[in-house]
Amino acid sequence: MRHLTFLPIVLMIIAGPGIAQEGSVNNCAECHSLMGAPYDSLVQAQQSDVHARSDITCTDCHGGDPTVMDMEAAKGPETGFLGKPEPGEIPGLCGECHADPTYMRQYDPGLSTDQLTQYWTSTHGILLKEGDSKVAQCASCHGAHGVESVKLPGSRVYPLNVPKTCNECHGDQEYMASYEIPTDQYQEYSRSVHGKALLQESDTGAPACNDCHGNHGAQPPGLESISQVCGTCHVNNQNLFEESLHQPIFDQMGIPECEVCHGNHEVKAPTDEMIGTGTESVCLQCHVEGDAGYRMAAKMSASIDSIKTVHDSAQVMIQEAARKSMETSDLRYELRNVRQRLIRTRTMIHSFDLTRIEDVEQEGLSTGREIIQEAKALISEYYYRRRGLGIFTLIITGLAIVLYLKIRQIERNQPDDDKNNSK
Amino acid sequence: MSPNRPDPGVKDQVIRWFHQRFPIDEVVEFAKKKRVPQYHGGIWYYFGGVTLFLFIIQVLTGILLLFYYRTGTEQAYESVQFLMTNVRFGWLIRSIHSWSANLMVLSAFIHMFSVYFTRAYRKPRELTWLTGVGLLVLTMAFGFSGYLLPWNELAYFATKVGTDIVGTVPLIGEFLLHLLRGGANVTGATLSRFFGFHVALFPGLFTVILAAHLLFVQVQGMSKPIGAEAEEEVGSIPFFPNFVLRDLLLWLIVLNILALLAVFFPWELGEKADLFAPAPAGIKPEWYFMFMFQTLKLLPAHILGIEGETFGVLGFALAGILWTLVPFLDRKSHKGRRPRVITYIGILVVMYILAMTIIGYLLT
Repeated sequence: MRHLTFLPIVLMIIAGPGIAQEGSVNNCAECHSLMGAPYDSLVQAQQSDVHARSDITCTDCHGGDPTVMDMEAAKGPETGFLGKPEPGEIPGLCGECHADPTYMRQYDPGLSTDQLTQYWTSTHGILLKEGDSKVAQCASCHGAHGVESVKLPGSRVYPLNVPKTCNECHGDQEYMASYEIPTDQYQEYSRSVHGKALLQESDTGAPACNDCHGNHGAQPPGLESISQVCGTCHVNNQNLFEESLHQPIFDQMGIPECEVCHGNHEVKAPTDEMIGTGTESVCLQCHVEGDAGYRMAAKMSASIDSIKTVHDSAQVMIQEAARKSMETSDLRYELRNVRQRLIRTRTMIHSFDLTRIEDVEQEGLSTGREIIQEAKALISEYYYRRRGLGIFTLIITGLAIVLYLKIRQIERNQPDDDKNNSK
Repeated sequence: MSPNRPDPGVKDQVIRWFHQRFPIDEVVEFAKKKRVPQYHGGIWYYFGGVTLFLFIIQVLTGILLLFYYRTGTEQAYESVQFLMTNVRFGWLIRSIHSWSANLMVLSAFIHMFSVYFTRAYRKPRELTWLTGVGLLVLTMAFGFSGYLLPWNELAYFATKVGTDIVGTVPLIGEFLLHLLRGGANVTGATLSRFFGFHVALFPGLFTVILAAHLLFVQVQGMSKPIGAEAEEEVGSIPFFPNFVLRDLLLWLIVLNILALLAVFFPWELGEKADLFAPAPAGIKPEWYFMFMFQTLKLLPAHILGIEGETFGVLGFALAGILWTLVPFLDRKSHKGRRPRVITYIGILVVMYILAMTIIGYLLT
């Protein structure tokens, strides 16, 4: 330890007169940046982060006196020096500012200040309170030094980065062994429709882990709240499901709602084959041939198939008319309505109410059939135009022949000097 | 009136009434005596008539289109779409208008080059040539302004590129650009302006110059090939009925071609212009501007210290002026001689236009 006593003097000589001056901005950074790994990179990361940009420096979290060069004096008891906070201390430390609405208002009046309260209700917070220092606290997700605003892509909790950040712990089999929960959520999520949208297409509208589990108050959603969680985005599906006969039955049986058919982390893009009585049907997980649910599944599937057939037929007829150079933009626009009805029929499946499903289906079928009739009329019009052109061309050609003969007749009857007069 | 003479018929009375107010019989006499030279190159005379016929079709179909067309970025495309789908024969009228416009430009070009190569511009027909050049320029301006009116994607971007080129003219380019666009960009203001040009300004100007052009043709008569005046080798036919009927025959044939094109290759409307969309691939001007567009594309960035595009625009302007002044530059033709250099220049120009047009279409 004795050689450490001379460290400030050595650093002062290396760093030159700037450091030695009393009242310089931050002597913590000046010394620690010269101490090698890992201190130098921590100082470097902190100096450009969201806190540094708001003049929040080392001492605001670690205590100490940054104005003196002497290490012992800078970390003396009277300076309030805290050193490196223990995991259990971190939420409280961050909360000193972030849970204080008056303080936070000066930086961002719209920023919420309930993170700490939420955190203590989360599985992470509950376990931390119980003394489990392995669970995530503020710094685990946001980082300690180099914290960035969640709005910036560089942040560890920017929507595109959330799955990887959560996976640092939740994907580590050894680290998670004591909790006895699966560690393949990230792999499953990556294969899901949500994961592909977020991770492959960078669609920040797609849900990441926190959108279903919560972020500061992260918990696995309970059975009864799954449709609420999915309904945050899939509002119509949720409303229809809650009105359906399935809702009370699922509750009674104690099975999750959306998850039964769609899965959880590995939610696949829904297909029409999921409904009905085929091999990919999810209805057959519970229903068997001959029961009412089986028959209804067949009818729902038939509704989707019939509107799809009309849609495809209308599309083919429009293409046929367009190939004949007929103006089909109105019909193409109308076809979107059929497509819309098809989507609505698929959504209406969640009501499991055949009358409602067939009502929407009929709207689509009726529009689709009108389009087919109009496209047929256009194709007939095409042939009508060609017949009209044929007649017109014949008349004009006939007139041209008559005129030609008339010219010959006139010129034959004209005296030579009149028709070919040489001057 | 003598009591012995029978009362004149209604027809005679009408003619006499008219004659007292306008010397109609002088016009009839003129038509009776008017003769048109006839020789192996006489076929070229008919292209002026064909151009006139196509112009008449343009006026008639244009008036019909005006019954339904509405200008403005929110209505132009929709009104043309309505015309094509819901108005009986609307598709045919629009298709004929578009095809006739293109055939008119083609016919006018053929007419101009035939006059050039036969030296029909020589004294005393310099004014006929000058008014003819004016009509050709106006025809192209009709095409350029009319192209934008349906407010579709291709037309919008082609107009953007076309007016950008005008903006490269030194000194007055910026002014001309704003004058054409009605602002810094191609917007609804440009559409209104082009509509005004297309249906009011250009038709008015065209009618006046066309009247002068036809008057000069009637006063001077049609030209004969060089040397024919002296050698008296060229025969002639009466203007009426021989030439008029032949003209009519050709008009019928052109009408048939026009109907075939309009029905078999109807003019498409495309997608509505979206001012915020990126320019789609395949933006190209109408075919008769292609040789100029392609030349400007091929020019290097800088020539003789000025921008390549500006150099090109100035070059075309100079060539246009020289071309317009050819009756005054070609002194030999007036004296009955046939200057070869004029022929070679003409062949070069035709070959250049054809080559650049073909390259333009191959590259896009």
